[in-house]
Amino acid sequence: MSVWHQLFDFDDYGELLVLVRNSLVVGAALGLVGGLAGVFVAMRDLPFAVHGISELSFAGASAALLLGTNIVAGSITGSLLAAGAIGVLGTRARDRNSVIGILMPFGLGLGVLFLALYKGRAANKFGLLTGQIVAVDTPQTAWLLATSAVVLTALVVMWRPLAFASADPDVAEARGVPVRGLSFAFMIVLGLAVALSVQVVGALLVLSLLITPAAAAARVTASPVLLPLLSVVFATASIEGGILLALGSSIPISPYVTTVSFAFYVVCGAVGRYRARRGGARRAVPAPA
Amino acid sequence: MSSVISLRGAALSYGPRTVWHDLELDVRPGEFLAVLGPNGAGKTSFVRALLGRQPLSAGELTVLGRPPREAARHIGYVPQQAALSAQAMLRARDLVRFGIDGHRFGPRLRTAAVRKRVDEILDAVGASAYADVPVGTLSGGERQRVRVGQALATDPRILLCDEPLLSLDLHHQRAVTELVDARRRSHGTAVVFVTHEINPVLDLVDRVLYLAPGGHRVGTPDEVLTSASLSRLYGTRVDVVHVDGRIVVVGALDDPAHHVPEEVHP
Repeated sequence: MSVWHQLFDFDDYGELLVLVRNSLVVGAALGLVGGLAGVFVAMRDLPFAVHGISELSFAGASAALLLGTNIVAGSITGSLLAAGAIGVLGTRARDRNSVIGILMPFGLGLGVLFLALYKGRAANKFGLLTGQIVAVDTPQTAWLLATSAVVLTALVVMWRPLAFASADPDVAEARGVPVRGLSFAFMIVLGLAVALSVQVVGALLVLSLLITPAAAAARVTASPVLLPLLSVVFATASIEGGILLALGSSIPISPYVTTVSFAFYVVCGAVGRYRARRGGARRAVPAPA
Repeated sequence: MSSVISLRGAALSYGPRTVWHDLELDVRPGEFLAVLGPNGAGKTSFVRALLGRQPLSAGELTVLGRPPREAARHIGYVPQQAALSAQAMLRARDLVRFGIDGHRFGPRLRTAAVRKRVDEILDAVGASAYADVPVGTLSGGERQRVRVGQALATDPRILLCDEPLLSLDLHHQRAVTELVDARRRSHGTAVVFVTHEINPVLDLVDRVLYLAPGGHRVGTPDEVLTSASLSRLYGTRVDVVHVDGRIVVVGALDDPAHHVPEEVHP
């Protein structure tokens, strides 16, 4: 009974809700960013890159925490350094994975060092890794929303050629699409999206926003309109649902977000498989490989 | 300007290794040119040069009288079947649509006209039945039909096909070559067809460009695909045998694609 009460506690819910208003606003922006960027993370096979970038983002954020500067700015700096390095050094998939594998433990190590040196509240430390719910104050909200706007603008502008280059690089290159330039540009955009996600779900669980919603959507549709739309809906519902469920409990927000997002994936996977089986010769969405 | 592709003294090398040199070639509108040769003899480099993705190390190459990069819009490119990413979350119609406006930045405008054009193309290549099917679930033959549609989307003056028949069965090989040939006849589109297997296109080919480690040769199939000519190109004895209207090359052992069992189909 007490464990249940730790997990879910809806006493004084209305008053608590006011406290997380900023988080809910940022969560909506993050759902949009994560859902859209996730489509390309899935298409370009970049989940490992997301994970690698998030560790350096964590290092940047913990350095900022230690120095007493803006945590979001620190997180973005770490992200961009990692994304830039991956973008420059890892143009081919195999190189990319080694570069990420080398950067990731280094970033995590740096982050642990900075946190060990930090003498402030322990909750701040833990929050960077596993997410936090009321950490988003008003100046940070402005930072996060501005960064979201930059990411969304970049995605809207390069959406079509990026989709072409991601799905069909040979023909895209033949048609004059700047495939390598777009690859680098998307890495930078991804770096920003990761830095945003780290603020809410923490460095360890960023993938729950940047791959799971898009992968779930891909199980049920291949339409270029419906797929990003569903991905955004799933990502937003995961964050906002996670925040609302976590409210009042003494537990970090991330298990709620990851569970909701995983639930979407399980349901979509089942729907996709059912349709493929029932479809038979009629040809439906493929079952997972 | 009668030729759509023109190479003058063209050479291509990677560092000290020259892939081909002194290439003189003019491709006329409506001509079907097959590019043959063993792996490593520069077929892929030839394709990349035509697309303007690989600069020549010497000589001159013009496509429609311009540098190849500027002419990219007029080249319809059909790649190997395997070229599509396994993660591609697209339908057949989206692939065709990329051929029309996939290279443009910014949000998509005027969608109705583009959608109508996509439907016309899918109909023309006989792919309407699976227009809304994810490309990952298409068979190899179906996917190559869609590929030809994608290449035709820009109304090209040159069709550049890079091993488009690879791993297709005979029936689908014929279907894809017929689509390419139909376009050539209706619009006078020149066809550059890179292949290691001449037989599926033998009765369509006007001229052959044979790239080999020891040099190259341009001419009609009857001129180029002879024992004497290929023996000279390979610098070793090579026999060209005609079996039931098919050509079988025996003895070019450095090229597994030219083994007898590969060339003779039931």
